[in-house]
Amino acid sequence: MAATNPVMRGLNGVMDWVNERAPGAMNWWNQHAAKYYAPKNFNLWYYFGSLAMLVFVNQIVTGIWLTMHYKPSAAEAFASVEYIMRDVPWGWLIRYMHSTGASAFFVVVYLHMFRSLMYGSYQKPRELVWILGMFIFLALMAEAFFGYVLPWGQMSYWGAQVITSLFGAIPWVGPDLVEWIRGDYLIADATLNRFFALHVIALPLVLAALVYIHLMALHEVGSNNPDGVDIKKKKDANGVPLDGIPFHPYYTVKDLFGVGFFLMVCAFVLFFEPTMGGWFLEHDNFVEANPLVTPEHIKPVWYFTPYYAMLRAIPDKLSGVIVMGAAVLILFLVPWLDRSPVKSVRYRALPTKIALTLFTIAFVWLGYIGASPVSDFLTFVARAATVVYFLFFLTMPVWSRMGTPKPVPDRVTMPH
Amino acid sequence: MADDTVNPGRRRFLTTTTAVVGAVGAAFAAVPFVKSWQPSAKAKVAGAPIKVDISKLESGQMLKLGSNVPQWRGQPIWIIRRPAELLKSLSGDRDQLRDPDSRNAEMQPAYITGDHRSIKPELLVLVGICTHLGCSPLFKPELVPQSFDPNWKGGFFCPCHGSKFDMAGRVYKGVPAPDNLKVPPYKFLDDNHIEIGVDPEGAA
Repeated sequence: MAATNPVMRGLNGVMDWVNERAPGAMNWWNQHAAKYYAPKNFNLWYYFGSLAMLVFVNQIVTGIWLTMHYKPSAAEAFASVEYIMRDVPWGWLIRYMHSTGASAFFVVVYLHMFRSLMYGSYQKPRELVWILGMFIFLALMAEAFFGYVLPWGQMSYWGAQVITSLFGAIPWVGPDLVEWIRGDYLIADATLNRFFALHVIALPLVLAALVYIHLMALHEVGSNNPDGVDIKKKKDANGVPLDGIPFHPYYTVKDLFGVGFFLMVCAFVLFFEPTMGGWFLEHDNFVEANPLVTPEHIKPVWYFTPYYAMLRAIPDKLSGVIVMGAAVLILFLVPWLDRSPVKSVRYRALPTKIALTLFTIAFVWLGYIGASPVSDFLTFVARAATVVYFLFFLTMPVWSRMGTPKPVPDRVTMPH
Repeated sequence: MADDTVNPGRRRFLTTTTAVVGAVGAAFAAVPFVKSWQPSAKAKVAGAPIKVDISKLESGQMLKLGSNVPQWRGQPIWIIRRPAELLKSLSGDRDQLRDPDSRNAEMQPAYITGDHRSIKPELLVLVGICTHLGCSPLFKPELVPQSFDPNWKGGFFCPCHGSKFDMAGRVYKGVPAPDNLKVPPYKFLDDNHIEIGVDPEGAA
């Protein structure tokens, strides 16, 4: 392919030069983009994986800029965030990009996970992809928690107090463990300083590595799709799946369209409602941390509230911690709890659709309750919703086999 | 030494011993990284047990650590010498208290029992933080009618949200605080000195 354009000729020359010395580079590009064949019937739900990566990049870039002005010490942290907001040129924008990004991260990750639940994307042979995704979810929760402590507001301080106290519920080692995590007898400068280190260095490295492995594991087995049809069963003479299209340029372009829409929504939040009425940045966190005064109503940011509601609903501290931990860890088992012969909810029998609906309602309700003040009625609802949450998983081996699934087509279906 | 034969036993031995030595080395190398998370010497000094001279504490008085004596672990500590006649009244209105027998084991060490909630009956030691939301309650020892309670029998009143405690730090019913005021670990060094932050010998 002889290019006539001198710029293209120059570029091709550079490419050839690199390919001679590192042939693997082009192989890598082909394997993961130009010759990675993804099903052609991806719908709206398939935006959230690439959007999660976009938000991750946003968090890294804005995070690096924030560390240029932030001071990780109990004496200076709160004032340094105010300094970023008021005095640093464009500091308010970078800070709001980071704080809005944190909530956006959980929005897209929760939707990404729900997509997998709907279309059975965790089923064989994609169990490993799901497991790696769950590790990303765990690392992301830790990253978000550490990050929320850094502004050293009242909610930062007391949130850290509550979360680290949870480890105190562990028999025998609990109190020593809490002291070890805090590095002092109460949440203090030492705690803030180490949470900063974990937030800006340790966990971002872990997350980046996990995201890469998650993608590599996905590209080994190939993407699932809304029909749950295995596109590798029907291939053309060249071994290319008949229902597959190369990820680049088809899905890179499609995802860029999604990025444009997503960034518009994010920009709206960022410019007009950066605190989201106290959901993204809580009102109490605009008051500096005070170890002698607890806020009236301690609550985590919205993405933790479903699990926090479970913790509060259990009257015993240790049992509450166990239930909350189990609620997250049980997700790891989903590939083995689901016994359905059919992947996608499109072809599954009615019991699966009912179970998925009830689960979604219970999860959203728990999220609402976890953000509300305690009352007898809400505690009762939280207990009921916790039972539904766990029954969804524990009875999955039963309801996933119930009823007769609809016949799954040989080829993927396209909307008309 | 142009010997191309492989000795599998020797390879296995070398692999195993290298792995074991490496694992032991890694375990030892992890120690400083794990231990560096423990409270530093600076934090320990601030959190160390403190000795308090109580010889000048008269009956009916309160000694407030945190104002005139160093704090213990960043918390205000109260030491109160209660008059003998007041001790008798502590067993009086038990039905108005939420936890008269101090059943919540987290709020005092195991050797703190009875209505007086102290080692020596007259000497009360408390962490002066309301168990509701962490305000510091006021000391109101006088048996006089108060604006918040016309039948006040002496005790502690939290101005933030109106929680009331008796002269043993036990919370009354019908107030927001869920638990009695906390009793820290302490011991008597002699009749005039107590040490806060350590249990007495023999008590766990």
